[in-house]
Amino acid sequence: MLRAGLFPFPPFGFPMQTKRTTFRSYWLPYLLIAPQLAITLIFFIWPAGQAVWQSFLQEDAFGLSTKFVGLRNYVKLLNSPEYLASFETTVIFTVCTAGLSLGLALLFAVAVDRMIRTASAYTTFILWPYAVAPAIAGVLWWFMFNPSVGVLTYALQTMGYDWNHRLSGTDAMILVVLASSWKQISYNFLFFLAGLQSIPQSLREAAAIDGAGPVKRFFTVVFPLLSPTTFFLLVVNINYTMFDTFSTIDASTAGGPGQSTTILVYKVYEDGYKGLDLGSSAAQSVILMGIVMVLTFIQFRYIERRVQY
Amino acid sequence: MQRSLMAGLVLTSALVAPLAASAQTEITWWHAMGGRLGEKVDEIVAAYNDSQDQFHLTATYKGGYAETMTSAIAAFRAGEQPDLVQVYEVGTGTMMAAEGAVYPIYQLMEDHGQDFDPSAYLSAVAGYYTNTDGQMLSMPFNSSTPILYYNKDIFAAAGLDPDVAPVTWADVEAASRAIVESGAATCGFTSGWISWVQLENFSAWHNQQIGTNENGFGSMDSKLTVNGPVQARHWENLAKWQAEGLFKYGGPAGGADAPPAFYSGECAIYMNSSASRAGVLTNIDFDLGLGMLPYYADVEGAPQNSIIGGATLWALAGASDDEYEGLADFLTFLSSAEVQADFHQFSGYLPITNAAYELSIEQGYYDENPGADLAIKQITLNEPTANSKGLRFGNYVQIRGVIDEEFEALLAGDKTAQEALDDLVERGNSLIADFVEANG
Repeated sequence: MLRAGLFPFPPFGFPMQTKRTTFRSYWLPYLLIAPQLAITLIFFIWPAGQAVWQSFLQEDAFGLSTKFVGLRNYVKLLNSPEYLASFETTVIFTVCTAGLSLGLALLFAVAVDRMIRTASAYTTFILWPYAVAPAIAGVLWWFMFNPSVGVLTYALQTMGYDWNHRLSGTDAMILVVLASSWKQISYNFLFFLAGLQSIPQSLREAAAIDGAGPVKRFFTVVFPLLSPTTFFLLVVNINYTMFDTFSTIDASTAGGPGQSTTILVYKVYEDGYKGLDLGSSAAQSVILMGIVMVLTFIQFRYIERRVQY
Repeated sequence: MQRSLMAGLVLTSALVAPLAASAQTEITWWHAMGGRLGEKVDEIVAAYNDSQDQFHLTATYKGGYAETMTSAIAAFRAGEQPDLVQVYEVGTGTMMAAEGAVYPIYQLMEDHGQDFDPSAYLSAVAGYYTNTDGQMLSMPFNSSTPILYYNKDIFAAAGLDPDVAPVTWADVEAASRAIVESGAATCGFTSGWISWVQLENFSAWHNQQIGTNENGFGSMDSKLTVNGPVQARHWENLAKWQAEGLFKYGGPAGGADAPPAFYSGECAIYMNSSASRAGVLTNIDFDLGLGMLPYYADVEGAPQNSIIGGATLWALAGASDDEYEGLADFLTFLSSAEVQADFHQFSGYLPITNAAYELSIEQGYYDENPGADLAIKQITLNEPTANSKGLRFGNYVQIRGVIDEEFEALLAGDKTAQEALDDLVERGNSLIADFVEANG
């Protein structure tokens, strides 16, 4: 919810906006942004700076001997097949999770939007998973797909599919994608529903009178009008899958089998927290930071231009 | 980012630690014993605090082994470390290399006038934690070794003799086949801790080398050699048995799916720590049989002896003299025969001192609980060789992860056993080299 609170609308989402407030006092504006600046400095710039510095060091776990190694941590990472595989895993995971959760959420939202009396009941049900803590969601799906006692495993077995996410990387990926998108559907659904309800009924009616069927109406009228919401959700979902799915993965597959569900964030944790290799872990964090910057830039610079507000 | 994460952990732990009574010297201990074991630790601590009024010990549960170790290290970097921390055996290499950060136990006991005799400890346990000069660096606390559990009801249903535990791998295979073919259960056997049970202990049990320099005991700068023909043969078999449905893989690290598979009667045989015994007994409603780890009868020197897992207590540097005095006093209390025998009988961990073992015999514990002494018999079966005294490598926590990954690659059919083990050795050696470089 935090992200939603911070970006109820994309910050540069209104290029035409020219409203400006002028302050009479010279100091007042700085005073007003000081808390935000302080938070950014303490919780972002400072730790990020630490990470950058740490990524040039090689240190033992206790910090007793520290050596400056320049870019070696990075060189090692980029030469490590495990790290490169983790990139690929992250891309697959992100595309699948964001795609699935956005797609299903939109489908549900459109369905609920057409309801009259039961809409609020359905909305409540669809929202429930969002209240479940990510780790619990992970355990829940782990239970359902448990190779020994899982309900879904049993069901799949009777249909002739031998499910085992302990052995099959594909099964494991499906499991984490399902567990991660299940939670996110609620969130996306809420935004899509709000977006749908803010589309004036008159537009749809006008299209209907012009002879457009429901499908055509959806793709030519509703969906384009939803694009700001979709764009915003795309940003949020990519961020979510890349950074907030850690606990779901940890509780369901722990990155395995092999490294088939080890996404970049999970690898940072494994190497830094479990392996105590702080230099490499910091270098990975810096690379992640770079990815976020590039992604944000691409999203706002290119995709956003095609969005109709 | 890492550092702020650690700072956060330290802050949380500072908030959670209860306020101490002021007159006594406060000693802190971070441990990883959750659930029933955690309650037992609290009981021991309360008994110690009641036994004297000079010191007050606070024990704090910090999560699993990895969390406990990481938060202690983070705390050390922030200057907020506890006096005593429980570290699992795979973290031993890291702790030993951190010379300025730990206060070796033999020295702590000596400096504070405590009676301390390393030979009072079971040599298979103490040997794991002594340096090349024979000095004990950490205090053994909970050590266990893997044993074999089996479901007697399923054995009987499959027409096998329920009173005879499988002894060799050929027995395990034959029994599993009989069980699966007769429909008595859907899987023959499963195992917790593939790395610890099916590779490290497997190697020691067959007297096969795990690494150079006496499995790393002689020098930090050692290399893994677990890709020998005996290990390759075993892993190839495990993969084959998995494909045939005789063996069921329980997952990486501890193998979270293995215990339920055994409890529910899905698998008839289960290999895991002797300390799993309490958990097994509370979760089953069938007749339980116990046995030693299986071996390949045609491998020369097998069975040798198994090796331990578990954790020891490390004193961290940077506390006051008063605190160390209290700590030394507590460690003496903790290793007394009464406390140790009680902990051993309660948990299934090994009795770590000879006195605790003898006391347990005297109390008639093994007569009442047949099989409870299997673990100690197994680690003391033969005089340990250079291959079977244990192992000690830097970055071993990560290497354990590599072992799981390579085993999974083998089961998925991506690699042969030899390829998986070769890759494991190569990746492991590069991690050891990193460790040597960072600590050299």
